[in-house]
Amino acid sequence: MSEIMMEARSLHRRFGGLRAVSDVSLAIYRNEVHAVIGPNGAGKSTLINLLSGDIPVSEGEVRLGDREITGLKPNLRAMAGVGRSYQKTTIFMGSTVFENVRLAAQAKSGHALRMLGAVQHDDAVNEAARAAIVATGLQARSGTIARFMSHGEQRQLEIAMVLATDPKVILLDEPLAGMGQAEALRMIALIRSLKQDRGVLLVEHDMDAVFALADRLTVMADGKVIASGLPDDVRNHPAVRAAYLGDHEVAA
Amino acid sequence: MIRLHPTMLRGLVALTLIAAAALPLLAPNYYVQFASKAMLMGMVALSLNLVVGYGGLVSLCHAAFFGLAGYMLGFMTPESGGASFWLSLPVALLAVAVVAAIIGALSLRTRGIYFIMVTLAFGEMLFYLFHDTKIGGGSDGMYIYFKPEIALAGFPLIDLEKSSNFYWLVLAMLVGAILLMTAIVKSPFGHALQAARDNEKRALSLGFPVFRLRLVAFVVSAVIAGLAGYLSAAQFGFVAPQMLGWHLSATVLVMVVLGGMSSVLGPVIGAFALIGLEEILKSSFEHWKLIKGLIIIAIVFALPGGIRQLAELVLPRRGDEGPPAAGTPADGTPDPAIRRAEAPGTNPQAQTRGEFQHV
Amino acid sequence: MDALTFAVQLLNGLQYGLVLFLVASGLTLVFGILGVINLAHGAFYMLGAYLAWWIAAYTGSFMLALIGGVAISFVLGLLLEEIFVKRMIGRDHLAQVLLSFGLILVIDEVRQILFGKDVHSVAPPAWLKGSIQLTDILSYPVYRIALCVVCLVLAALIFFVIQRTRLGMIIRAGAENRDMTRALGIPFDKVNRYVFAGGIALAALGGILVSPISTVFPGMGDGMLILSFVVVVLGGIGSVAGAAIGALMIGLTDTFGKVFFPQFSSILIYVLMAGILLWRPNGLMGKGN
Repeated sequence: MSEIMMEARSLHRRFGGLRAVSDVSLAIYRNEVHAVIGPNGAGKSTLINLLSGDIPVSEGEVRLGDREITGLKPNLRAMAGVGRSYQKTTIFMGSTVFENVRLAAQAKSGHALRMLGAVQHDDAVNEAARAAIVATGLQARSGTIARFMSHGEQRQLEIAMVLATDPKVILLDEPLAGMGQAEALRMIALIRSLKQDRGVLLVEHDMDAVFALADRLTVMADGKVIASGLPDDVRNHPAVRAAYLGDHEVAA
Repeated sequence: MIRLHPTMLRGLVALTLIAAAALPLLAPNYYVQFASKAMLMGMVALSLNLVVGYGGLVSLCHAAFFGLAGYMLGFMTPESGGASFWLSLPVALLAVAVVAAIIGALSLRTRGIYFIMVTLAFGEMLFYLFHDTKIGGGSDGMYIYFKPEIALAGFPLIDLEKSSNFYWLVLAMLVGAILLMTAIVKSPFGHALQAARDNEKRALSLGFPVFRLRLVAFVVSAVIAGLAGYLSAAQFGFVAPQMLGWHLSATVLVMVVLGGMSSVLGPVIGAFALIGLEEILKSSFEHWKLIKGLIIIAIVFALPGGIRQLAELVLPRRGDEGPPAAGTPADGTPDPAIRRAEAPGTNPQAQTRGEFQHV
Repeated sequence: MDALTFAVQLLNGLQYGLVLFLVASGLTLVFGILGVINLAHGAFYMLGAYLAWWIAAYTGSFMLALIGGVAISFVLGLLLEEIFVKRMIGRDHLAQVLLSFGLILVIDEVRQILFGKDVHSVAPPAWLKGSIQLTDILSYPVYRIALCVVCLVLAALIFFVIQRTRLGMIIRAGAENRDMTRALGIPFDKVNRYVFAGGIALAALGGILVSPISTVFPGMGDGMLILSFVVVVLGGIGSVAGAAIGALMIGLTDTFGKVFFPQFSSILIYVLMAGILLWRPNGLMGKGN
């Protein structure tokens, strides 16, 4: 049985009277991609925010390995090994690819408050940055300012930054959004490579990507989990077919 | 950004330093004192930029730290002689650090407009503390009859009553502050602070302790401003509540924007420019404040990039000599870890950092 | 402190708070709707008072000074919005701070050129002169009572406009989510202009109304600016109800503070503000808490 990297236990999140997330539990295993799908308003984004700490939970527990992290702020979760990408690309637009990734590597090194020594001279950090850039295939763009890259490249950059923080778990919030065919295929290959020795949570609308990547699948609707398990089992679950996939035969 | 060839830049710096050091030997006393005053204002502007330019936070209480240190010197200067430099300076700076830590810890919980208003309010609180109570002589302020004494084992080392000595002390302090600020900006701390400015959400999600970063920046900048305030009080021999007032805070902000927020030296230049401008205006117009106000408004509309924007119209951009390596840090020295990126079909000139990105 | 003195101080605090609310509501609306930080708000309070003095001295009528002062300020607000403020919307806060600082310097000098820098007082209208005898030693000025009444009526009017009219609905929506409201095709330029001019006029009105009971002096704008900022921060940006609560708190704190801790009354206000912000970083009624 694979090790559980991150776990949500009975998560609830209310906004006033609105129940955005109700009693959601799931587990992200090592070497696996756990995909979360569902129609708009299902609570998927809220779920990711609860896991990353961007929004506090109303009830429930979030665990990283055997450690409870429910009360931890986003930066402390990042230090503990949770990395995430955002639906809206969240990078440093005015800096180059290398500078972006180096910042991420620097954050991980834990020396954020050090005031001595120029960043250029930290070999360990530079090396970690280089490695992450190579892993995401952005070597050729290393000196390019993020703002001038294509949307797909910017998404790749965001993942490189997450990688540079050496995470145990990676939370991906609609990484393929707005991508063309070629870029999407590249991204799918990249995501597949990410699960090596890590757990990956993938929130996505692109069904091709989901079924190409998912080792585990959870379907949400109206803030609740309506099915969770192996993709084939979930695909054939009556409630899922009714609520989400419709009555059409889903291509295998 | 204006790029000068590194050697030319170093030559310019050396020349400026030599000229600055030689000033007391060449110019009459009035100019020496004026230059001291300008340098001290430069120090305040330099310090504020850590918070505003590099931190991305508009703080309106900076003068309070400037004035507080001045008052501390006033408290520690006896009627009969000068205060001990070695004692009074650290104590003054410590007081400023503590107050800045408290104000920062409270203010940094807020964002945007709230932060501006909260810092304004705290600055005014300190103003009223000295204005309404008798602690520092109320609205009249207090006199500091003797400059601090720099002595070792009873032997006077430097006589600060001589304006040339005082000037050289201020010059040394300013140079020190510039070097310190440059080191901070290039350090991991500096980069993390700027990351938080550029995208707070991403900075947090990478693991940076944004609140702590900003608090440290806030306190460090306050202490440098306090140093300038201590020396200003020593120079004028007088402290008044106006030294803490928000009008001064706002004026320093103008200096920062005028000189350019994306570099360490910019605010210093802005301070010199504004003080020089004020001197000219004061001697030419009765209602010089009106002109000053109009100039500030003009800067906001026409020159948001500050003096740099003006200079760029005149001086050649580094881009004309070929693009610098993308990601070249502000001082022009290329990062050996970065390879030049010249991907086909891309425009290197557009891609490289040829302009400051933050107004 | 006996009951009667307490009642008098309570009335004073209330009256002070009401004037503060008037001025601060203008400020919070400009923040909330235009998203512009206007440091010059206090300068208009001061300008209103000087205008009132000048018109009253010229015409001998306080009522004319009141109407004239408000009208002039409103028109001035329209002009300023058109020339300067409109271009500040969407620009970063730093630019707005600097612009309003520049404006303060200009307004201050203009006031000095036009009206000088002397200290003045304005006589209240004849029918509001005098005091009500409470005991054989204590009397309360009629004007102050009238001031409370006027401010209450104005406050009620503001609330009515905000809560019950279409303009008010636009204002509330704009304060809630500026971009969304703009996207709905509402003629925001017009709304912005009138809100700004209205805010300025409210500040000036505040200055005019207090001129009979407080001295008209060059520095009066600064004090009021900071206090109205504190009120807005306390109450939450864009919230008129928050401004009301904040203003009353500040008014009462300041008045009673001056009685019990005269030297520290100003500082007390900031302690209050710090305390509230620790509890609610976005103000009492601010969104995002």
